[in-house]
Amino acid sequence: MTEEAIVDAVRKAFPEGVTIGGVAPRRIFARADRAIIYKLCEFLKNQLKFDHVSCVTGVDRIDRFQVVYHLSSYENRCVLEITVDIPRDDPEIDSISPLWGGANWHERETYDMFGIRFKNHPRLERIFLPEDTQFFPFRKDFKLGRQ
Amino acid sequence: MAEMWINMGPQHPMTHGLWNLRVKVDGETIVDAEPVVGYLHRGWEKLVENRMYPQIIPLSDRLCYGASMSWSHLYCLTIEELMDVEVPERAEYIRVIVLELQRIASHLMWLAAYGTDLGLLTGFVYAMRERELFLDLLQSVSGARMTYNYMRIGGVRNDLPPNFERDCLRTLDYFEKKLDEYEQIYDGSDIFLMRTQDIGYLKPADAINLGVTGPTLRGSGVKIDIRKHDPYSVYDELDWDICTHPDCDCYARYRVRMDEMRMSCHIIREAFKKMPDGPVRVKVPRNAPKRTAFARVEDPRGEGLMYVIGDGTDRPFRLKVRSPIFVTVSAVPIMLKGYKVADVPAIMGSVDMCLGETDR
Repeated sequence: MTEEAIVDAVRKAFPEGVTIGGVAPRRIFARADRAIIYKLCEFLKNQLKFDHVSCVTGVDRIDRFQVVYHLSSYENRCVLEITVDIPRDDPEIDSISPLWGGANWHERETYDMFGIRFKNHPRLERIFLPEDTQFFPFRKDFKLGRQ
Repeated sequence: MAEMWINMGPQHPMTHGLWNLRVKVDGETIVDAEPVVGYLHRGWEKLVENRMYPQIIPLSDRLCYGASMSWSHLYCLTIEELMDVEVPERAEYIRVIVLELQRIASHLMWLAAYGTDLGLLTGFVYAMRERELFLDLLQSVSGARMTYNYMRIGGVRNDLPPNFERDCLRTLDYFEKKLDEYEQIYDGSDIFLMRTQDIGYLKPADAINLGVTGPTLRGSGVKIDIRKHDPYSVYDELDWDICTHPDCDCYARYRVRMDEMRMSCHIIREAFKKMPDGPVRVKVPRNAPKRTAFARVEDPRGEGLMYVIGDGTDRPFRLKVRSPIFVTVSAVPIMLKGYKVADVPAIMGSVDMCLGETDR
């Protein structure tokens, strides 16, 4: 499948909730709503052969959080970047670990560093920091010692 | 029978760094396993938010001292993507050459460590001896032996030194003979074969679903290599093949790395043949535009990815590193279950752990 065919299939299956931001050779950039992320990923995995999760990460945009997914397809030779905005006062999103085992530790790390909770994650615990840590260090309002 | 948890690490000869493997055993058999990382977490991604783009290059070297060239390369590639910088062709060829030298050096370090894991001390001594030759070559290029600080945004720091091509090709000729010798030592050892064959089985579907990449994935027979699959630098202009092995066990991963070292020699020779003259570096802007970018490369251990957000200033707003071993180590419980405690070093050694890039 070409990048254009993938974009068309996504647009057809999700007329609302997904905005395609740009297409380049082997790259697709998209934004998605928080509510449909699991369904979107399920569609991408089962229908469009996106079989590999490269990366899941969080971003603190100060007025909101973002979760950024990099999904890649070995067969279509294409990487899809999905950015999802989530409000700062309710940092929760569906986990995609039930679909891809590779997302498991990425989501745990995002929780550990940003405090973004992933619903239905098999085991959402701190991964780098000790269990009793009370803060989320990668948030922009967490200041290092001398700042 | 009673089940119990055993802690291996944080300081244990098996761990190759600072991490802890908890295994649940029933007698001698492993029924569950849980890797615990975070002992080396330096907050790298937060650290770099307070530094200017060129200042981050020496830090990116420290992500993995075994493959520092490929990490600083990945960093520069990401920032070039962000700032829309075109790298001169000669610099791209130099990059390919030093990256492949780094790949051989990294695989040799793995081969040496794997030798000690399995009690093959000769293998350790030989592989470390030949690794020195590649460190010498990289030192003649950059001045350092481990953390090179050689890649630059927009090219490389300086051109190759005089006589580098001659020295490099001589080393490769010598090394290829030595590779045959290693194969005699390793493949000729019944103990090595008994401890690696049919151990640590990882089926292709699991490997893909769990996000495992690099030689571990190719050892499961999946023909994926980002150098071919999503080519960067000038890899698509060179003629080479992806090395795979269908056995899905520790021996297959050993085989893949041995073949990759041969293939790297081939790539370097070809790069020297096609390398043009010209500048090796271009000027780059100080501030990055307000946008995001990502790049990915084939590190000696698997897929490395960096995602960067520029905010118009001279420092990144956010820089995320996806490291291959972080994901691979999350998959090891599947590789360990059902085998004996004595197989743990053979299985864990075969994934080539590097904790610097895992914990970041």
